[in-house]
Amino acid sequence: MSKNYETVIGLEVHVELATKTKIFCGCTTAFGGAPNTHTCPVCTGMPGSLPVLNKKVVEYAAAVGLATNCKITQKCKFDRKNYFYPDNPQNYQISQLYLPICRDGHVDITLADGSTKQVRIHEIHMEEDAGKLVHDEYDDVSYVDYNRSGVPLIEIVSEPDMRSAEEVIAYLEKLRQTIQYLGASDCKLQEGSMRADVNLSIREVGASEFGTRTEMKNLNSFTAITHAIEGETERQIDLLEAGKEVEQQTRRWDDNNGESYPMRSKEDAHDYRYFPDPDLVPLNISDEWLDEIRSNQPEFKEEKAIRYREEFGIPDYDIGLITDSKKLADIFEEATAECGEPKKVSNWILGETMRILKEKSLDPEDITFSPANLAKLIKLVDGGTINGSVAKEVFANIFDEDVDPEAYVEEHGLKQVNDEGALKACVEKVIADNPQSVLDYKGGKVQAIGYLVGQTMKAMKGKANPGMVNQLLKEMLDK
Amino acid sequence: MANVIDDETIDYVGILAELELSDEEKEQAKGDMSRMLDYIDKLNELDTTGIEPMSHAFAVSNVMREDLVTNGDGSEATLANAPEKTDDTFIVPKTTIS
Ligand SMILES: [Zn+2]
Repeated sequence: MSKNYETVIGLEVHVELATKTKIFCGCTTAFGGAPNTHTCPVCTGMPGSLPVLNKKVVEYAAAVGLATNCKITQKCKFDRKNYFYPDNPQNYQISQLYLPICRDGHVDITLADGSTKQVRIHEIHMEEDAGKLVHDEYDDVSYVDYNRSGVPLIEIVSEPDMRSAEEVIAYLEKLRQTIQYLGASDCKLQEGSMRADVNLSIREVGASEFGTRTEMKNLNSFTAITHAIEGETERQIDLLEAGKEVEQQTRRWDDNNGESYPMRSKEDAHDYRYFPDPDLVPLNISDEWLDEIRSNQPEFKEEKAIRYREEFGIPDYDIGLITDSKKLADIFEEATAECGEPKKVSNWILGETMRILKEKSLDPEDITFSPANLAKLIKLVDGGTINGSVAKEVFANIFDEDVDPEAYVEEHGLKQVNDEGALKACVEKVIADNPQSVLDYKGGKVQAIGYLVGQTMKAMKGKANPGMVNQLLKEMLDK
Repeated sequence: MANVIDDETIDYVGILAELELSDEEKEQAKGDMSRMLDYIDKLNELDTTGIEPMSHAFAVSNVMREDLVTNGDGSEATLANAPEKTDDTFIVPKTTIS
């Protein structure tokens, strides 16, 4: 590369809001219904039907705006974005062009080297989702399901302030964390409740003008986003180096092939002929309502971290990881309230919980076990009812099926054996059965005792009190 | 008619509206559109300085509903008039954007 280039990136992030009903009708937003069961004349664009705005959508959108330092447009309205596609039964999408609910915000992101950077938010607007098309593999037809049609979305449009994939991921993580703290969405990229379109252009370092940008869609994981940014940067630099021009277009990223393809044809002009939706009256967010929304804002990561330091006295490292996720923070607080052992709860969260999440490729938001059961488990260990390794086994079942650990231990006979007589008999047998290890130990190979402890634990099906086994073995061997 | 709609414009509008117009229909549409634009020009003669644009004919705002599920399974009614359908979906010609 003969010149120095920089990548300029702006994001359009769509987030599905966690309302019970759609944005303009009383149909459920629940996942997994049979096709078209969650539909009515409004969300299928039947003539004569009238949309009525869901109040909760406004509250969530404004809450996200406040949390991202936006100005709230107290007098706002909805506009129609006109286009034809079978996933859009009205032939227009109700969105906001002229007066979006939030404008001029920013979030601060922290990068791997510890530096921080501000990413500005141009606007956040409310709109409705489209239906789902399934294309037949063999026939020239598509099947349409309108269950998702009319599900509320917010679109968060950033300024072109990001310069690398790392910054983009940090920005998305920050948005996701903030929105999850608000409970406004679960923000799952894989399931499409959070979707990011990447606008990317290349320019020479120091240039003040932007290059021609492309928009990339179909990015449903952080890995795909990173790959797409790297791939598109390379493609645009290659074009410029070859003396060619970047064409402004929408491209679809194919993460399997590691390539992007242009999506829309020339005929599909981006001419949406927006106009105010005459079916929806203007929205006036009063000062009182806005104050109410503001006063209902939750405690975010930064405030939580300060409180944890004062209230629980756990290490900053633990606090950082736990407060990264609203879900983990909730589990931590509830389990600690039940058992009064913050550090032990933290250990279970950062240890086994994180390990299982990673192993199963899950997010903290996927956790379904109740904090009360984790608290009970900690009490069982503390009270000497079960030992540490049995606790891990029980926890795996709590994680998967939210079992009650007391009942589970009872049912599976997992109680720790603290009975000295029984342990002694077992240790004696292990000593008799392993003369070589005994000789090794007596000959000065102290670590040989580890093997004997292991054999005893095995003989006791893992339920022996490990401290007592250790002590008994030492006593007998040192005799 | 002060506004004249040329062939290129009417073809473009046809593409946007997904309409295939015959030559005769095109001529008629050109005339209609010209008259509409003339009317807008007429409205533009009014001095609206300092007047906030209105987006709705009624002086009403904040018509909202609570976030409560009020609709049940609507699939039968939704699919009732579908020209083509399966048991639970509409069937449309394949239109992949590629
Ligand atoms: Zn509906």
